[in-house]
Amino acid sequence: MQIEEQNWFYSPTVKEHFFKPKHAWVKDKSPTGYDAYGFYGSMKCGDKMEMWIKVKKDKIVDLKWKTFGCASAIASTSMLATKIKKKSGMDIKKDLQITPMDIIKRLGGLPSIKIHCSVMGDKALQSAIYDYKVKNKREDLKVEKPEEEKH
Amino acid sequence: MPYFSKAFGNPSSFHSTGLEAKKAIQKARKRIAKILNCKPEEVIFAGSGTESLNYAIKGIAFKAMLEEKRGTIITQKTEHHAVIEIMEWLKKIGFNIVMLKVNENGVVEEEELRKALEENKGTVLLVTIMYANNEIGTIQPIKKLASVAHKYGVVFHTDACQGAEYLKLNVEELSVDMMTLNGSKVYAFKGTGLLYKKKGIEIEPLIHGGGQEKGARGGTENVAGIIGIAKALEIAEKEKKKESARLEKLRDYMINKILKKIPQTILNGDKKERLPNNVNISFKGVEGESILLRLDEKGIRASTGSACSSQSLEPSHVLLAIGRTHGLAHGSIRFSLGKGTTKTQIDYTIKNLKKIVFELRQLSSAWNGGKVIDKE
Repeated sequence: MQIEEQNWFYSPTVKEHFFKPKHAWVKDKSPTGYDAYGFYGSMKCGDKMEMWIKVKKDKIVDLKWKTFGCASAIASTSMLATKIKKKSGMDIKKDLQITPMDIIKRLGGLPSIKIHCSVMGDKALQSAIYDYKVKNKREDLKVEKPEEEKH
Repeated sequence: MPYFSKAFGNPSSFHSTGLEAKKAIQKARKRIAKILNCKPEEVIFAGSGTESLNYAIKGIAFKAMLEEKRGTIITQKTEHHAVIEIMEWLKKIGFNIVMLKVNENGVVEEEELRKALEENKGTVLLVTIMYANNEIGTIQPIKKLASVAHKYGVVFHTDACQGAEYLKLNVEELSVDMMTLNGSKVYAFKGTGLLYKKKGIEIEPLIHGGGQEKGARGGTENVAGIIGIAKALEIAEKEKKKESARLEKLRDYMINKILKKIPQTILNGDKKERLPNNVNISFKGVEGESILLRLDEKGIRASTGSACSSQSLEPSHVLLAIGRTHGLAHGSIRFSLGKGTTKTQIDYTIKNLKKIVFELRQLSSAWNGGKVIDKE
């Protein structure tokens, strides 16, 4: 699902999430009372994502995120957060069920040059679950620390 | 558009329709020469600014190659990609390319050029430095730099594509040996450009062909385009002083107001030696493409040096060259003022910009309540 190369403009769904990001933390100070924290990216690449999660009975029941990033990164993470919160929350024991391609599809496509921005939220989530695993000594969880972005 | 419908002849033909076209080109050349303060035969028409740059720089390089030589070409880090890519290619085929650094305002200092000329003494074929920068608007001290090059007997070329509308184009006053201009930047047709080449400077042609432009550039002339560029330059020349003064006032108003109203912002480029239409500012802790798209929604068009809006995923080489961090390069926004820009529009822009930057900083993982995280 790629928008044509020349077409710079985003889909209406991307715009909607970009202008009204869901589950984003829009305050200066970091949120408190969350069980684990994850981050991904660097200022050098122009994308830096942070994520906080609340876990109950191995399910992510709440999350918040912040980003220094472009419209694709904002919209993708907003969409990802919506998916995670749906139903009774995402099960952290299972493999990450939401793939970046899935997110892109739900966003109505992204310009091909922007595909890499859409993995930011996904990797920050992985980092947060890994933090939860380490903090709670949950060796049974399969999640690993995400590899650093190569640039 | 008489040169599409009536005088459509080939200027190289001997019949009367061709002759009419030929005369029209001669007339345009004279008109341009008057503006540049040069001889008509020193004006060579090209298919674009980029072509003229290729012709000027490679023309010098090819001349050396014909003599089984290579040599040094000196340029600087904030040049347009067109020049940088020519340099990268010339490097590949054995030329020594020196990229001068600029100071934090984007200015090439005379001393830097003098040092490079001294270090490479006897091998330097050309110094090429842009007149004004397209991203940050910095105007280079061309006259001073050209005189440094001349002290070492080296040819000086300037890329004057940016800012031709606002800057002096008198080649004698600038003391340049070659100068590139393009049509589209002065509201003439796209796909037009020209090179001023001082008499006596010999370079090899880039395009070989039917002897047009006295063998300097083969290919049937773009008659209508040539007449268009002459007319556009005349109009620009006529309005230059007044329009520059008007825009400079608006530009400074906009810059000062943004820096005052929005905290943690930095002006990119020189405050004084700056194109009248250029405003380029970095906003700490926010990414440029996000600002740009939010502005677009309000009907405000701008551009950014952020990697996120480029095809290369690299932030602006110009902003990195003036020492901005990656974070600040990603958070830069450029506003271009023009004929239609008014103070009311600027106030409207700043009002929206302030709100947008505030909101995006609240969402940003790099803002940190104003204690900006900007580690590489």
